[in-house]
Amino acid sequence: MINTKRQEEIFFKILMIISICVIMSILLFIIGTVLYKGLPALDWDMVSKLPGGGFYLGKEGGVLNAIIGSLYLISGSVVISLTLSVPLVLFINFYLPKKSVFASIIRFSFDILFGVPSIVYGAFGFALMIFLGMRASLLGGIIAVALLIMPIMVRSFDEVTRLLPRDLPDALLSLGATKYEMSKVILRQLMPGLVTAILLAVGRGIGDAATVLFTAGYTDNLPNALNHPAATLPLSIFFQLGSPVEEVQNRAYASAVILTVIILILSFSARYFSSKYSKNKI
Amino acid sequence: MNNPGLAFVSDVFEDYHNKTILMKLPSYHTISIRNLNVYIENQHILQDINLTIPEKSITCIIGPSGCGKSTLLRTLNRMHDDTPEVKINGQVIVDDEDIYGVNVNVIDVRKKMGLLAQRPCPLPMSIFDNVAYGPRIHGLKKRKAINQTVIQYLQYVGLWDEVRGRVRNSASKLSIGQQQRLCLARGLAIEPEYILGDEATSALDPISTKKIEEMFVKLKEQYTIILVTHTLRQAKRIADYIVFMYLGKIIESGSTEEFFNNPKKQLTRDYLSGSFS
Ligand SMILES: Nc1ncnc2c1ncn2[C@@H]1O[C@H](COP(=O)(O)OP(=O)(O)OP(=O)(O)O)[C@@H](O)[C@H]1O
Ligand SMILES: [Mg+2]
Repeated sequence: MINTKRQEEIFFKILMIISICVIMSILLFIIGTVLYKGLPALDWDMVSKLPGGGFYLGKEGGVLNAIIGSLYLISGSVVISLTLSVPLVLFINFYLPKKSVFASIIRFSFDILFGVPSIVYGAFGFALMIFLGMRASLLGGIIAVALLIMPIMVRSFDEVTRLLPRDLPDALLSLGATKYEMSKVILRQLMPGLVTAILLAVGRGIGDAATVLFTAGYTDNLPNALNHPAATLPLSIFFQLGSPVEEVQNRAYASAVILTVIILILSFSARYFSSKYSKNKI
Repeated sequence: MNNPGLAFVSDVFEDYHNKTILMKLPSYHTISIRNLNVYIENQHILQDINLTIPEKSITCIIGPSGCGKSTLLRTLNRMHDDTPEVKINGQVIVDDEDIYGVNVNVIDVRKKMGLLAQRPCPLPMSIFDNVAYGPRIHGLKKRKAINQTVIQYLQYVGLWDEVRGRVRNSASKLSIGQQQRLCLARGLAIEPEYILGDEATSALDPISTKKIEEMFVKLKEQYTIILVTHTLRQAKRIADYIVFMYLGKIIESGSTEEFFNNPKKQLTRDYLSGSFS
């Protein structure tokens, strides 16, 4: 009896160690490859200059157009999908009864949307744009990416919201708070969860090439208007990798390093501000 | 029905029909529960509750765990409104108005009936803001007035001296007993007309408990108070009236002296002698 317990314990310990090793080595291998190939090609010109030397396959200049484009694009989509997701999640959790069928239907739909491949969002965005008579543009890209990241934002924010102990809403309501006043306080408590949801969404949105291919297009210039095309990092990586010239291919890895660093910076600063903002969390 | 004469007649009438009535008072500032039945998920949790709570007194509800004490208190504050699996039948008449009536604003009911929950739950904000929250949402704007209110109620519950240097710190860092007193202060700060305390002293040491009990005794000069308690001795110390519940029914109720010295039902005698709890 004691013996089987010990064996169980050892077995699960080994299992955990193995899985950590496997995951970490894959991760290190990817990061290692990107750094190994990308770092030599990475210089200050990469992040500070527009592409030079002809078409976007050029060896000169940098990917500033794509950096700025990606940042604009993801900020726009996060704003749009946040303004839609937060009220939706608050509604299905606090305005609908606990066992509401309608809420389950909404959750289920977002689970399905979450599984839809990103190229479908791109195609849908493209169809929508044709219908509206729009050309490939920053705005089109923002809308398509907002649709892409909405499911992950809704579902991950919804999961933390459901875990909120009923005591907090009860305490607020029994003080005579309206549902709206209650939601504002609850949102403070949920801030770290919301930040995680945003980060997951940013991670998915900023790295996706298929959604922006038809919708945002590509340009060698800085994005200058909502109705003009905008470059994005995933697409520069895609184009650079497709180049027959090895030097240009290596620049793709440098672009990947830049994209990774951007995500890192966003992630750290978001965590920092959310921990400052939610220091009173219960 | 604001005519006290009429209200009085209705109480006499009610007295005639049910025996659990406590006192014959003009119904102003009393809570009168009539034929209340509460079902949760088709379980009959509260059965035929008829009860009048006299004003400016402390009524203690006692009874074994799970007999429906919290459910009853929450019914008086309309906290079941958002749970459709809870079905409520009957009337709860407060200040001559049925709080489940059609034209009643639930926010007004909750402000009037201050509920102090069984598990303390500080809000995710500072100690100060916790107490200030209620007065603020009910329209108190002046900084000075808010400061005064917060200090006053923190003093009331005996927490001020412990937290005076750190009222801007997070409320979640307080000990459980301190949180309980904070929630008490927060509930009182909205200045309700009735206080519904669900084991308001369960996490407190004897000295803090005594302080809170003294506070309630002082408060009953202005408020009508209902307290749920598991400590018979506490009920004996502070209650004017006792209501004994068992399995969703009111078994016996009456003045404290009468109840403890001369219980009428066998079940009550068993409970008081500790045969079950
Ligand atoms: N939301 C709910 N869903 C299902 N059953 C419930 C719910 N709330 C209360 N009950 C049931 O109602 C009964 C009364 O519960 P209540 O919390 O009122 O008991 P209590 O007298 O306050 O007990 P305690 O002294 O332990 O606090 C219990 O049997 C409980 O399981
Ligand atoms: Mg209870």
